[in-house]
Amino acid sequence: MNVRTEWLHRLKGLLPGHAILDTGEWIELCPPLAALRETAITLMEAGGCEFASLVAEAQDAGEGWVLRYFFYQPEAAILIAIHLPIAAGAVLPAISSPIHAAAWHEREIEDLFGIPFQGYPFLGDYVLHDSIWPENMAPMQREFDPRQPVTGSGIGPDWQPRRLLREEGAIAFPVGPIWADYNEAGLWVLETSGEQIYESQSRLFYKYRAVEKIAEGQTVGRVLLLAERFNGSAAFAHAYAYCRALEAFACCQVPQRAQALRAILAELERVRYHAATLAELAGSTSLAVGKSMLQEVEEQILCLSGQLCGHRYLFGLCIPGGLAWSPAPAELAVLYDDITEITKSLNRLERLLVHTSSFLDRIEEMGTLRPDVADLYGVVGPVARASARKIDLRRALPYGAYVNHVPVIPREIEGDGYARLRLYFAEIRASTTLIKTLLTQLPDGPVITECPMVAGSALGWVEAPAGGAFHWLHTNDAGRVLRWHIATPGARNWHAFHRALEGAAFQDFHIIMASFGLSVAESDR
Amino acid sequence: MANWTLTSLVLGTRTLRWPRHEDLPLGAIPARLHGLTDEVVADERPSSGEAPIWVARTATSQGPLPLRFRHSVRVRFVDTGANGALIGELRLIDAPPYNLHRFGIFITASPRDADVLLVAGPVTKAMRGPLLKTYQAMPEPKRVVAIGDEAINGGVYGKNFASAGGVAEVIPVDFIVPGCPPPPAAIIQGLLAAAGQYAVTDPAQSLVKGAPVGDTQ
Repeated sequence: MNVRTEWLHRLKGLLPGHAILDTGEWIELCPPLAALRETAITLMEAGGCEFASLVAEAQDAGEGWVLRYFFYQPEAAILIAIHLPIAAGAVLPAISSPIHAAAWHEREIEDLFGIPFQGYPFLGDYVLHDSIWPENMAPMQREFDPRQPVTGSGIGPDWQPRRLLREEGAIAFPVGPIWADYNEAGLWVLETSGEQIYESQSRLFYKYRAVEKIAEGQTVGRVLLLAERFNGSAAFAHAYAYCRALEAFACCQVPQRAQALRAILAELERVRYHAATLAELAGSTSLAVGKSMLQEVEEQILCLSGQLCGHRYLFGLCIPGGLAWSPAPAELAVLYDDITEITKSLNRLERLLVHTSSFLDRIEEMGTLRPDVADLYGVVGPVARASARKIDLRRALPYGAYVNHVPVIPREIEGDGYARLRLYFAEIRASTTLIKTLLTQLPDGPVITECPMVAGSALGWVEAPAGGAFHWLHTNDAGRVLRWHIATPGARNWHAFHRALEGAAFQDFHIIMASFGLSVAESDR
Repeated sequence: MANWTLTSLVLGTRTLRWPRHEDLPLGAIPARLHGLTDEVVADERPSSGEAPIWVARTATSQGPLPLRFRHSVRVRFVDTGANGALIGELRLIDAPPYNLHRFGIFITASPRDADVLLVAGPVTKAMRGPLLKTYQAMPEPKRVVAIGDEAINGGVYGKNFASAGGVAEVIPVDFIVPGCPPPPAAIIQGLLAAAGQYAVTDPAQSLVKGAPVGDTQ
């Protein structure tokens, strides 16, 4: 606890006169409303912290709200929360002009809770599109009944995207929400006066399913189904983060064998996710054979998962207290052999891809997210690590089996499509190596322990394939969910996506999008 | 410079012979189709070696497209709130192992050119309009295939202010393919049913084991 005590003192020095306490899970700061912005800036600039999540919920008793701004210190592995109870009707100072990573969190809270923010350049028309939803709707307020249809409607076809480019002959080119192939629903407005994209906006939440709202009042088991299904492509990671939050306040010690197996499955999911991203990237440049070969590897991993666990996307495996999967030694041997084979195929494909100049021409110096921009937006996951950021929750806030088995965390500095391609392959290698290490050192014992139903709240996190994901869970003593909030890597990275499009030609839009490897379902929720 | 042509020729034919021959690999048929921890796995694979029947007709189904469409069908996909796992499975239907194109079924970019509308997701409020417009833009005869538990009855989301609770709440549906997510072979079976290449005679003929998630409250 040396580092922790040291940081507690350091924070007291940085923020004199503030109430600072150690809750065990995190260090909690309770500044007055007026000092919120200063406190957050101090944490980021003097404390070297990263922004994690912003959770709003109704106060247990009475009117008003509780806001928790979560940060983490990556070198010291400490979670820090700013705890801020506010009265109903209070105006919050926006922290997102200095801390850009919080911007979409604040926009979401303004839209869904109706909490006003001061100092934010544009609010509204975010989750709830002005074209279809009536004004002044706040579905996350407790009294809002999700089962009742909403009366009233939005402005309809009168809605027009904001135009940023003021130039003679400039046009706004819409891409989406329905695409020519299997892409997910979402609208990108590309502004140009000729060939290049000068400005662009991502309009998400066409797939808003209100999962956080419908989770309210449900049993924790039922919300676990939502946690797996709202995104699907990183189902295990989100189930893992959700279960970690639940286990944290239930004081449940997950058995060692389950910890190791959870890490194995999480890494298997990462390999599959990256293989699918690479297949899309090859496909976006019309490299059909490369795409097909990568898809074959993806299908091989899916079949392996289906054969071993009964589900191709690892649904229903991670449960509170451990795992619902107890593999026999023969099954683990199959996993080891197949992983070896998959690694070989992917290494071979990487050699082929980096020796295809027509492919490299399309991704080199394409969709560059400069390191300073990546820092500004606080991007996470492989996209961040391809832009020189050293952000990975497996190392910054180690959990489960990663405490003793820190994987190799590759990094590239260019931030272009080629850097992301190399990074995906490097992460696949690191993950397969870790899976093999864990398989050879797998502890014996049970894979599940009892997880008692208690009232409480906690933050659970994992490094999902696309980056860090934070699940805030608050339950009552009947095992019902009062508040569940998900901070997804998808939302964080889509926020910065338009910066990678600046100056790109139209035909490169798909390539840049594929190289980011982001899920819309994950950010829309 | 990598020689992709030679590489692919050396690899040879990679397409399964399914559904004519029973060579779907083990993991291609998930034992727990709906992804539930305690899902009842009735029979993993029929002893005769046949693939499971995934697709089912709805009560209001118009049946398959007329005979002349059988080997030339154009499909339009609309995402109305599908999860990433389903999108992942969908992307694999024209990958080498499954190779949708050998059935004469192709994905098209324009609804004007489409005979089958493939829909996934519980139909979110924002996608209701685009879905309706797509359906209305399609020429007759047309069929709708709803894939995934969410598209059938809303799945885990059910029916609420944000989700319509299934495709049938918005447009008429002819075939459903349950599963969360349905595997690529099941999605293809749904398209084959709409094309008339796979016979689903009885609306009650649903051999799908386990109930979609939405029913297990």
